[in-house]
Amino acid sequence: MSAPAPKKPVDWFPYLLLLPALAVTLIIVAWPLAETVRLSFTDASMNPVTHYVGLENYQKMFARRFPEVIGRTFVWMVFSVSLKLLIGLYAAVLLNAAVPGRTLARILIMPPWIVPVAIGVFIWGWMYNGQFGMISGLAQRLGLLSGPFEFLAYKNAAFLSTVVTDVWIGTPLVAVYLLAAMQGVPRDLYEAAWTDGASRFYRFRRITLPLIMPAIATMSLLSAIWTFNSFDIIWILTEGGPRNATTTMIIDTYKTAISRFHYGEGAARAVMIVIFLSLFSALYFALIRKLSSRGDVK
Amino acid sequence: MINRYRWWEYLLIYLGMAVLLIFILAPFLEAFLVSLRPLDSLFSVPYRFVSDHMSFKAYVTMWQSVPLLWRYMLNSFFVAGSVTVLGLIAIIPAAYAFSRFEFRGRGLLMGAFLSVNMVSGAVLIIPLYKVMQSLGLLNSYISMIAPGVAFVIPTGIWLLRSYLVKIPKELEEAALVDGAGRLYILVRVIIPVALPGIMVVAITTFIAAYAQQFLYALTFNSVNELNPLPVGLYQFFGRQKVVWNELMAASLIGIIPVMLLYVFLQKFIVAGLTSGAVKE
Repeated sequence: MSAPAPKKPVDWFPYLLLLPALAVTLIIVAWPLAETVRLSFTDASMNPVTHYVGLENYQKMFARRFPEVIGRTFVWMVFSVSLKLLIGLYAAVLLNAAVPGRTLARILIMPPWIVPVAIGVFIWGWMYNGQFGMISGLAQRLGLLSGPFEFLAYKNAAFLSTVVTDVWIGTPLVAVYLLAAMQGVPRDLYEAAWTDGASRFYRFRRITLPLIMPAIATMSLLSAIWTFNSFDIIWILTEGGPRNATTTMIIDTYKTAISRFHYGEGAARAVMIVIFLSLFSALYFALIRKLSSRGDVK
Repeated sequence: MINRYRWWEYLLIYLGMAVLLIFILAPFLEAFLVSLRPLDSLFSVPYRFVSDHMSFKAYVTMWQSVPLLWRYMLNSFFVAGSVTVLGLIAIIPAAYAFSRFEFRGRGLLMGAFLSVNMVSGAVLIIPLYKVMQSLGLLNSYISMIAPGVAFVIPTGIWLLRSYLVKIPKELEEAALVDGAGRLYILVRVIIPVALPGIMVVAITTFIAAYAQQFLYALTFNSVNELNPLPVGLYQFFGRQKVVWNELMAASLIGIIPVMLLYVFLQKFIVAGLTSGAVKE
């Protein structure tokens, strides 16, 4: 694995090397995380005097339809992640095809991911405009809509619109990652199958798909975690509206803590997010361990 | 040789690619067309892609309507650049430690760093806000840079570590025999050899830091002069009467720098992305 074992009982050098990274992580991530947990048991607000209130914040939170927010977050995530994976896989298959022009296509697929998230979302904000935007306009011309349709003003439409924008931003990374996995599949496997007369589709189903399964599983979990954390897209498009239709857990936390200054109640919501994220992470690390013990991932 | 595509397979592949690229690129094309159209033709029905009197006027007038546009772009660059430099200062030695040394708590620490990737800034925003407030750091560049640094470290370490393990140990052993100090070896032997890997990390870090400049700036900063591009433009987006052509023009101008970076360095970026998604 690594270099000659140090002779001295404790070699401080590696710790010294880690010091800057550790310091930043402790100050910006670990300590605030602990502080979030502490705050969740207090009535912290703009008021400088705070008291410990036990589980009150959690009780209040669940009394305020919090389960609904959790459910919505998961539906949003499942929609978005499955679309990203489907389109990402579709894109990876196409970009892996040995046809002229694929290098160009590989370059052209990345921009949504490269561009600052907020700016991509501004553009979508215009596209969703009901009176003059492109989507409503084209749908009217094609006769799909009889009149202007304000996508971000109706609950279901707004929900799906935020999903579509999230998919647009997240798909390139999934595609490139799956493409890399496909390129890692040994060529001779395909050639052997081809000599045996296996069709292209059969080769995809029996060789490509099983061999990139670890990559698909890894990406699903990573993508789920990122999607769960998604803030900018929803905030810019709808700020969680209309009538909370796009209020996911992250948005709910932000609204409670930052917009309404209920730090304590917001912290309780953040703690719930951390609990869910830890579950995902546990799954993720278990998956990585399983894959590496099977020798699938190197 | 494996079988070639038949004509209809070519057709399907290109058709499929076209559908994909339309989904990916249509918003950019639309943004460009919008930036060229005068406002009164934007606000007219029925919808048309192209209208009369298209011009680059919005690209001129936007500098008056968004007087701080230059500032926003410079701020974005400054913030992303600082995150990259500070990030590298933390990433390089840490990645070196993980790639070369056996020490107590090694696996645990690596795991801890990687789990940072699972948390988002929004979860930590409350205590961070209070800290920034009590340290008087609200409305400063630091309040936008520091959280950024913390969140680029894990992926950076992961990426660079996998690059460093490939560098033969004999290199350091030879230097060690020559009596070089270990820190000297890192700076004078490892870093020069690892430069391509460091480049990949630097570029992916910069792009990530440039793309994610919304939440912290929105929350911690209310001084317009310090706003990065996304938040600077967000104020215009949020208005009742959005001047769409200018907003789109400013957005497109604002993304040109990263797009150029991407076009010239896309090999590095794709390499960074694909090995970055945790492949142990």
